Amino acid sequence: MALETIQIQEKLNQIFGENVSNYNQEKDIFSFEVTADTITSVILFLKNDPELRFHFLTDLCGVHYPDNEVNRQFVVVYHLHNWYENKRIKIKAFISGENPQINTISNIFLSSNWMERETFDFYGIDFIGHPQLKRILNMDEMISFPMRKEFPMEDSGRTDKDDRFFGRTTDNY
Amino acid sequence: MSELLLPPEHRYAKRIKEQQNEDGSELSILNLGPTHPATHGIFQNILLMDGERILEAEPTIGYIHRAFEKIAENRPFYQVTPLTDRMNYCSSPINNMGWWMTLEKLLDIEVPKRAQYLRVIVMELARIADHIICNSILGVDTGAYTGFLYVFQFREKIYEIYEEICGARLTTNMGRIGGFERDWSPEAFKKLDIFLAEFPAAWQEFENLFVRNRIFIDRTVNVGAISAEKAMAYGFTGPNLRGSGVDYDVRVAQPYSSYEDFDFIVPVGKSGDTYDRFCVRNAEVWESLSIIRQALDKMPEGNDFHADVPDYYLPPKEDVYTSMESLIYHFKIVMGEVPVPVAEIYHPVEGGNGELGFYLVTDGSRTAYRLHFRRPCFIYYQAYPEMIKGALLSDAIVILSSLNVIAGELDA
Amino acid sequence: MKFGCLISEIQYIMSNSKVNMVEPPEGVVGEGFFATKLNDVVGMARANSLWPLPFATSCCGIEFMATMASHYDLARFGSERVSFSPRQADMLMVMGTISKKMAPILRQVYEQMAEPRWVIAVGACASSGGIFDTYSVLQGIDKVIPVDVYVSGCPPRPEQIVDGVMKLQELVKSESVRRRSSPEYQQLLASYNIK
Repeated sequence: MALETIQIQEKLNQIFGENVSNYNQEKDIFSFEVTADTITSVILFLKNDPELRFHFLTDLCGVHYPDNEVNRQFVVVYHLHNWYENKRIKIKAFISGENPQINTISNIFLSSNWMERETFDFYGIDFIGHPQLKRILNMDEMISFPMRKEFPMEDSGRTDKDDRFFGRTTDNY
Repeated sequence: MSELLLPPEHRYAKRIKEQQNEDGSELSILNLGPTHPATHGIFQNILLMDGERILEAEPTIGYIHRAFEKIAENRPFYQVTPLTDRMNYCSSPINNMGWWMTLEKLLDIEVPKRAQYLRVIVMELARIADHIICNSILGVDTGAYTGFLYVFQFREKIYEIYEEICGARLTTNMGRIGGFERDWSPEAFKKLDIFLAEFPAAWQEFENLFVRNRIFIDRTVNVGAISAEKAMAYGFTGPNLRGSGVDYDVRVAQPYSSYEDFDFIVPVGKSGDTYDRFCVRNAEVWESLSIIRQALDKMPEGNDFHADVPDYYLPPKEDVYTSMESLIYHFKIVMGEVPVPVAEIYHPVEGGNGELGFYLVTDGSRTAYRLHFRRPCFIYYQAYPEMIKGALLSDAIVILSSLNVIAGELDA
Repeated sequence: MKFGCLISEIQYIMSNSKVNMVEPPEGVVGEGFFATKLNDVVGMARANSLWPLPFATSCCGIEFMATMASHYDLARFGSERVSFSPRQADMLMVMGTISKKMAPILRQVYEQMAEPRWVIAVGACASSGGIFDTYSVLQGIDKVIPVDVYVSGCPPRPEQIVDGVMKLQELVKSESVRRRSSPEYQQLLASYNIK
């Protein structure tokens, strides 16, 4: 019997109640929100429950919404996959923009180790309990978190590219 | 000696001090990379070694971090394909097509059957090209240069087919929303036929050179073995996972671009060692060839090469000059005035190295709000330190080679 | 055998076989001697045995593989031996994006090379940063090391890479043996802060 989304929803509702919300089907992926405090237990439950069996972490990444209210400015997105039933789900956990913190899941999925480091590198999201939370792609000396919307794409210190020729100034003269 | 290489507070320095071998030898540190020739890319590993045996490895990556995801947030959708090209540059068409399919899923566009089959053909060609590189370089790393020289000629043949299709060799930037930018020329099909006729014999010979080769077997069997459980925990996908015996393949699990129409098997290994990974890739090349033949046989009549979606597909240039409607569409597409829904999409394809996923968040504007690439290399490379623990230094090179870690994909 | 005879004999062989040999430099040929400028002889020798150090970081590296492989065969131009040790290499070929994290390493590799040394920037990324005008990418390797030849393309075709090497050969042929100790060259290195 195929795993129905309603089944997932009921199970989660039964155990976590208010902490899991906003269930909806986005194209082919069933998606819901989880409060940041319960993320570890929800994922552990999804992984170990004999019916749900979401045993594979496909992806983990962050998104920045600077225009949201303060405690919903960052979101960590988890994609889980159940290979037995071939079912994908997406979990979102919103966290505060002032002090972005969330518990690590690197003790549940080994693969999340570097993905969390990457998210930290890009957004400065602190994964509490991560064994080695330091920058992975950028240099250790870097102080900005480049994927946050307020940081520009280009390096401001570069000298060889004239912004006027790239249509990047408001008044081209 | 070791104080020169590492600061004394480093964890290796402490271990070297503590460990006393009976014969008076001491542990040493070896810096492998970032420009080591045998790593085919730039990764650094600081190895703690006891003689020739690796005790521990500390990987550093990010040496060609190019900020793809940041660029993608600042460019219109159709300017993201050149970025995907440069991710896994050994098999760019798969990345291109994966990106277009993500957009098609977002915009609910149905691609005509013929265009889907053409996509399948080019994706399978890309897979062959990818596996040619991986397997022949694995040969070079075990000391067999001949295989590399021999099969690389056929990579050139694949490049020539790409050139007929899109004009570029390596970074193809192929396809558009809804299909291809132009129909395939008869020359492309002719070159494809020649390739299909000539390549199998060469690949068979390549296989014969390695599969029962004593030296090759000695160098690869039981080297870098990883169990299926461990591989799944580390997020392995693609040929590396199948080498461990798990038959997960996105083409079968979530068929895209009409893969369900074709009859192919998913080759799996058993022990997950370097030899199995090599054999899985070898077998996949045969499957890819069979898929290409099936696609050519089943190719629907006609000359549909793109979906009829004037909102997103650029009209032919002649029409832009002569018809009002085309001019308006052209203008709208180029200026980015196309309707894009606010949505979140995840689309996976089976890339050369595993599940290549595109997680796209849109806000209705002409650029992506957030685009995250699920890069298979990045995820499975974290298992490398564990895989080489206890192995010889020369094995570490072979294991890295058999994992086929592409630096561009690793660092994005 | 007399040297003059040897040259005429070589010319005879050249005209009758597919073996392609380099023209001797301009000079005076007589019985038992051949007089020419030291510059020319050294230049000829250097130009035709440039050992490349492939500093391949990304896509262009794959095209370099194709250049080295059987179809394009860079070995025809005297670059048979790919030297992965900077100490023994003459020509540093930088292929692919150099990020800011990588820049110090590139510089170190350049510093380890012995004089005379030449640099080819292969591809748009190495030449100017290419399409990656971002916070993490060095906008052209000429920010950290001097470059002799730039090859355009993203990635360049193998023919273009070969053309770049041939352009460099032209440079090497005409280079004075004294250039590397000249004050201008010292000044150039000093401007990059290379000792």
